[in-house]
Amino acid sequence: MSEEAILRLRGVTHLYGSACVLRVSELDIFAGEIVCVLGPTGAGKSTLLRLLSDLEPPSSGEILVFGQREQCRTPQLAQLRRVTMVFQHPLLLTGSVRYNVEYGLRLRGQANSRHVGEMMLERLGLLSLASRSVHTLSGGQRQLAALARALVVEPMILLLDEPTANLDPASVALVESVIAGENQTRGMTVIWATHHLFQARRVAHRTGLILNGELVEMGPTKQFFESPIDPRTAAFVRGEMVY
Amino acid sequence: MIDAYATELGDILWRSLQVSGVAVIVSSLVGIPIGVWLGSTRFPGRSFLSVLIQTGMALPPVVVGLLVYLLLSRSGPFGGLGWLFTVQAMIIAQVVLTLPFVVGITMTSIAAVPPDLFLQVRSLGASPWQARWTVLREARSGVVLALATALGRSFSEVGAVLMVGGNIERHTRVLTTAIVLETSRGRFGLALALGAILMALALAANVAIFRLHGRPAP
Repeated sequence: MSEEAILRLRGVTHLYGSACVLRVSELDIFAGEIVCVLGPTGAGKSTLLRLLSDLEPPSSGEILVFGQREQCRTPQLAQLRRVTMVFQHPLLLTGSVRYNVEYGLRLRGQANSRHVGEMMLERLGLLSLASRSVHTLSGGQRQLAALARALVVEPMILLLDEPTANLDPASVALVESVIAGENQTRGMTVIWATHHLFQARRVAHRTGLILNGELVEMGPTKQFFESPIDPRTAAFVRGEMVY
Repeated sequence: MIDAYATELGDILWRSLQVSGVAVIVSSLVGIPIGVWLGSTRFPGRSFLSVLIQTGMALPPVVVGLLVYLLLSRSGPFGGLGWLFTVQAMIIAQVVLTLPFVVGITMTSIAAVPPDLFLQVRSLGASPWQARWTVLREARSGVVLALATALGRSFSEVGAVLMVGGNIERHTRVLTTAIVLETSRGRFGLALALGAILMALALAANVAIFRLHGRPAP
């Protein structure tokens, strides 16, 4: 993990209509770290990821990606291609699993997309499903296919919105291991929204808590769970209803 | 005599294909981009525009024929073109009639694609145009339906093309206007035969469209 902040948020707020759904006064994400964002449903985790992905502009404040200010209306393709997001509900394209996994590679004009795609499918245990239509997949298989499609383009920053929500424990372990592997070998930065406290403890270098749109706390995972600063975080990790 | 009629029939058939084919191509080139834009954009007045498009689907052909007639008649604003009672006039009338179907059905099918899909494919590295093309591909069932509907409307159209084309032998006569003529002459057998050819033509065109659509995913 380097000390270079590749994502920097300053005074960011986001409104849907008149409702403020996200307030982050200050947040730095450093290259090569895995950051888990915890919080209940509707807390603002997905909104945070959407803003970080440069696909939606914040209502106010500043988001710097690789030191450059996001320009959501006309995001630069080269910059956009370094950040990839896996949405909470896997949005797969009509066609085979292989077609989906090779999609991003074809956009980049990669010559050996079939071979690269198959290698990723194999890592996620999907090679036997390569020719299957995505409409025949289970929820968990769809989620894995969406993850394979995002990982195969080797993004520098991967934004994950509850990617293991529909998976069985073995598949959860597989996903965590593949993400950790990409983080260690390529230095891929990961921002991972999840409901699961134990998952954050297993995978994250730093963990944060969002409640009612507010980033309550962000700190090293050990500190977050063992000696949280904010009383709401302490209550949350104890399993109390803080929302 | 039979040879002469066969030649005329071939001529009518070719003209029918020409008028309907060009009209549907023009409607598609204009209507699909508009439908994609309307289906994926939110702006004030969009609902009203949608109602107008739906109303356009119910445009009476004789009204369209009358309007195109007035526009192209010698005293009309485009009278100088000299297009009244030509194939061009028939194509214009067909475009006016088929365009609302192409726009409306494309718009509805694009609006049915999850809005986040555009963002998802952008997030996978698609340029805005690549993302729009991908969304259009996802909505292709609706687009194919739009084309088939436009083609069906175009093949079956008689009122407007009769008014602006004039059903002139070897000049503007098409299958539908030929059926009207033969029926008025009491030659019902011939009219029925022409009707069967028209049905076969529509069937062949739709089979071709749906076969193209039904190609397995790569």
